[in-house]
Amino acid sequence: MSVRVYIPQDTTAKALGADGLVAAIVAEAERRNIELEVVRNGSRGAFWLEPLVETEWDGKRYGFGPVSVDDVPALFDGGFPGDTEHPLSLGLVEEIPWLKRQQRLTFERAGLGDPVSIDNYISLGGFEGLQQALQIAPQAIVDAVKESGLRGRGGAAFPTGIKWQTVLDTPDEQKYIVCNADEGDSGTFADRLLMEADPFQLIEGMTIAAVAVGATEGYIYLRSEYPQARTILLAAIAAAETANWLGEDIQGSGKNFRLHLRIGAGAYICGEETSLLDSLEGKRGLVRFKPPLPAIKGLMGKPTVMNNVLSFAAVTTVLARGAAYYKDFGTGRSRGTLTVQLAGNIKRGGLVELAFGHTLRELVEDFGGGSATGRPMRAIQVGGPLGAYLPESQWDVALDYEALAAIKAMLGHGGIVVFDDSVDMAQQARFAMEFCAIESCGKCTPCRIGSVRGVEVIDRIIANDNRAANRQLLDDLCETMIDGSLCAMGGLTPYPVRSALQHFAGDFER
Amino acid sequence: MQAAVSLEETVASIVAEHAGQIGALMPVLHAVQEHFGYVPEAAVPVLAGALNLSRAEVHGVIHFYHDFRKTPPGKHIIQVCRAEACQAMGSQALETHIKDLLGIDFGQTSADGKFSLEPVYCLGNCACTPSVRIDDDVHARVTPQRFEQLLQALLEPSA
Repeated sequence: MSVRVYIPQDTTAKALGADGLVAAIVAEAERRNIELEVVRNGSRGAFWLEPLVETEWDGKRYGFGPVSVDDVPALFDGGFPGDTEHPLSLGLVEEIPWLKRQQRLTFERAGLGDPVSIDNYISLGGFEGLQQALQIAPQAIVDAVKESGLRGRGGAAFPTGIKWQTVLDTPDEQKYIVCNADEGDSGTFADRLLMEADPFQLIEGMTIAAVAVGATEGYIYLRSEYPQARTILLAAIAAAETANWLGEDIQGSGKNFRLHLRIGAGAYICGEETSLLDSLEGKRGLVRFKPPLPAIKGLMGKPTVMNNVLSFAAVTTVLARGAAYYKDFGTGRSRGTLTVQLAGNIKRGGLVELAFGHTLRELVEDFGGGSATGRPMRAIQVGGPLGAYLPESQWDVALDYEALAAIKAMLGHGGIVVFDDSVDMAQQARFAMEFCAIESCGKCTPCRIGSVRGVEVIDRIIANDNRAANRQLLDDLCETMIDGSLCAMGGLTPYPVRSALQHFAGDFER
Repeated sequence: MQAAVSLEETVASIVAEHAGQIGALMPVLHAVQEHFGYVPEAAVPVLAGALNLSRAEVHGVIHFYHDFRKTPPGKHIIQVCRAEACQAMGSQALETHIKDLLGIDFGQTSADGKFSLEPVYCLGNCACTPSVRIDDDVHARVTPQRFEQLLQALLEPSA
């Protein structure tokens, strides 16, 4: 009997040598006449353990990691793929505390099997949400999403059900479903992980949206920086079409939904929803004025549901297990689960899914284990390049939308980037402005010009050139950008700048 | 070198493959770049004519997106992430090292035509940084020494 061995095909696992490891393990097994069946699964998101090799015995999964090619002979000497006392042995994977302490809903299936196997997906509860949706009225689907309290996971946190209701209530012969998979924030990889580990969940969520609002065409707008997600999504879409979970008359329901994959071209601004729509239409990705809302006049001027990858994914849980089940996770107006991504200078980085309400300190210390370098942590940027830098005095903040907003920070897409005490916060503030200057779509003046001037003014402050007056000027500039920018790019870039100035003033006066 | 006629025919056939799609220009430009390695200036009027756009519109789109190259790239494209999660693990020092090692800046191709160097803002590998992408392969926790090994592997005859 051959032993099943799992080695992820996830971007980070591959970036840490998973492909070479597969070759080495297969070769070593052949040398020893051991029969192996290698499954390229998705990652569980415990990136600090990647490449995480798992073996399966009596339906139980045992982990080894992080495994390098050089470890392979010694692993086999110790008894791999059977029981071994090798130092890299992690025991039962589901008992690894970092994974066991999570409350996984959206990422429940991540890493369990071959991401593009429909049979595997269905055996793990896949398509239950869509089957439910096909049996109830469109309004009942939208009601369930509303009742769940789900808010957009891309960053803006707009109630998903309200958006769907608007599209449902806007009559048109052609409506569209668009998935924003332009996950450009540094420190975030939850969308990528979901698309690479459990792509059918996204397909299912988008199809539920299509059934709910009466759309027949959908687009996933994926960033070009994710080539592996592209490969997996293409295979998953093809498999779903073959098995009639996409296409004409889905599972005999009479509903049609065709799903297309589109690739971005390296523009951060295309993560902004209206810019993304222009890009999908083959234009420069310029931000549109709102109103009209995309829900009323979106892609090609038609009513369009546009959500983030994780929002569509969450809808499958809402439909399969009920709105009340989902809503029971979380607190206040932040319902369901939050997917935090621990990144940057962190010892145990990866994806942590928990009910809302845990503090930043719990995440970076209990899960993250502090800095990777072993030096004291000094600043944490939450919510991507447009998010504030938080000093230690603010690390006890609860990670929910309102609590972070109260301290002029934002949760965004849940990225948490840790910096140790070697960071120069004046340079980080400068980079925030520089990034805005590079990535601004150029439509509005505060963002296009303000960011360029922002870099110059910060340079003068650092150089002690008329420092007090330039501090005042920078403050005025930030205010203009916040109040006068067309979208969040120019409107939020001042947040990392101002938080750096407020909490790390000394770094500007060296 | 592609002959002018051949280029036009190639571009026209790429456009035909995407005919009727919403916003066909973006997938067409990706396909043109995949074929030629960049978007040749001579492709612009062909694209404009075939997609019923002005040349200015096509030109505007090519220049808006960082991905589309206007000149032929080197044999290997090296992208170094400049975003925050990589900065937190020393990507600025790595960036300087790579520029010195290759003797080129961002946006340039080495004199021997082997490498083009580009900045990138996030490869989604933020828990194991700094990140570098070489062609379609992402590499994690890239130190200057690790980068030199990767470069050496590319320079070997089989690469």
